[in-house]
Amino acid sequence: MTGLIRLAEIAHARSGDKGNHANIGVIALREDDFRHLGEVLTETRVAEFFLPLRPTEVRRYALPGIHAYNFVLKDVLGGGASRSLRTDSQGKTLALALLEMRIPPPPHS
Amino acid sequence: MQHELATITLAMESIRVGNGAGFWGDNLDAPRRLCEAGRLDYLTLEYLAELTMSILAHQKSRDPSAGWVSDFGDVVDDLIHSLQTQPGLKLVTNAGGMNPHGCAAAIARRLGQKGLAGITIGTVTGDDLFPRLDELSRAGEPFANFETGQSVDAIRDRIVSANAYLGAAGIVEALARGARIVVTGRVADASLTLGPAIHEFGWDWRDWDRLAAATVAGHLIECGAQCTGGMFSAWRPEIALGDVGYPIAEIADDGRVAITKPATNGGSVTVGTVAEQLVYEIGDPAHYLTPDVDTDFSHVRLLQTETDRVEVSHARGAAPPETLKVSIAYQDGFMASATVVLCGPNATQNARAAGTIILNRLAHAGVKPARTHVEILGAGDTLPGMPITGDSRPWDVVLRVSAADPSRSVLDRFVREFAPLVTAGPPGVTGYTGGRAKPRPVLAYWPTTVSRTHVQPEVDVKTAEEWAHTAGASE
Repeated sequence: MTGLIRLAEIAHARSGDKGNHANIGVIALREDDFRHLGEVLTETRVAEFFLPLRPTEVRRYALPGIHAYNFVLKDVLGGGASRSLRTDSQGKTLALALLEMRIPPPPHS
Repeated sequence: MQHELATITLAMESIRVGNGAGFWGDNLDAPRRLCEAGRLDYLTLEYLAELTMSILAHQKSRDPSAGWVSDFGDVVDDLIHSLQTQPGLKLVTNAGGMNPHGCAAAIARRLGQKGLAGITIGTVTGDDLFPRLDELSRAGEPFANFETGQSVDAIRDRIVSANAYLGAAGIVEALARGARIVVTGRVADASLTLGPAIHEFGWDWRDWDRLAAATVAGHLIECGAQCTGGMFSAWRPEIALGDVGYPIAEIADDGRVAITKPATNGGSVTVGTVAEQLVYEIGDPAHYLTPDVDTDFSHVRLLQTETDRVEVSHARGAAPPETLKVSIAYQDGFMASATVVLCGPNATQNARAAGTIILNRLAHAGVKPARTHVEILGAGDTLPGMPITGDSRPWDVVLRVSAADPSRSVLDRFVREFAPLVTAGPPGVTGYTGGRAKPRPVLAYWPTTVSRTHVQPEVDVKTAEEWAHTAGASE
């Protein structure tokens, strides 16, 4: 545990829904940390983190212009905005949850 | 000095498009506040979420003059002064929903009563495919679900609405024909902003990069305060949201875009707030698809040029797909949710027990909803199974139990199992004062496509006085 930091210390994020899928855009707070973000925030790592929501697929896309990654998590919303029985049927809280992920600090810090 | 000059130069060849509504239910004062403080050329109001059309279809089936976003009527009343004192101000909105003509007629009467009978209102329709589904099926449109590949036959007899997403073309035509207020049905959200830009600058419909630039601008402002500090994950109390300013896109003829907000309002426009909105509800950032253009967000850059002003550059565009997205809504049974509060040293544990008691009592009564879900709110259950909050022991939690079933009677029985918890549940049950919850119909979403050759926008432009006397105006 020691030495790990919260993702929120190097990034901010927003999430939302597309049908039964959710997306989470994660943006490095400092351009210098974009590379590190790419190394620690892999598709596999994000899929593991959200395992209890049983994603059928996690895809990552890069937005280097704003030093960000967009994650699309398939089938994680319990049926989507209209059918889901969950309070957060639109996945709006997923970003704040991901920002609690513990990650190794960037090498320069 | 040089900086001021640059700003003035940009202002001369640019338009200011402000968005005062990001969904149906957004702040009712925002449009007026934005018009009063925003020096706008255009005010856009975006009201239609994926399933809003199905709700409006239901309303129209009960009242032929309804089926449009009723909040817009109140907003028009509130904008009378701005329309009177700012002759250059134009409105573009998708408030027309399932009935743009009815919407135009209704607001025309309100405008007429305030001495604005001469104002010109344009409608954009042609998105409603529901009456044409059989005809289009015969013409070879499969309407298969593009997420699952499922055939539309599975839901065909339960469809309540089917709308194609139109692009900016109808809006551009309405503006060209002199409309000061444009009321559309289903139009891609970003097209509400792109339409005014094409109209003002006469851009070629294949000038993909400029179309992409204005589409990014539209995407950034379409959710209102979500790009001016609302929902910002790094929000802190210094970003005042009580009087949050709604966003303004400055779009220049050459495709330069800047996002800003009225200086006299609260909120904040920074690279951070804008970046979060850029990634909101997108899939592959290299292909943000609208009927107008296939936009590449992935190389977009943001630059803070002054307080509450962020320049947006490097959007790239390409030709859009040959098909248009279609949203179909269909009936999918019923659902209900109800809540009670549990307090005490074992609130979380007792709430879980109470949830189980509800489901067990139902089972003993022979009632088994097709789907159920139990949440203890306060104990981290908004993300089921994810141990975010650790082992805190809240004094009070909300027990929320939800159920869905094809049969309404199953849910009618379900909602009766909450009140008994007050006397026949674990200790600490309180807060059951809202009355019995009501089951509601589920309208599920079926994403599909249609060939663009089958969909043409229809544009109607008349004065408010003429609209007020059309058939749709009857109460």
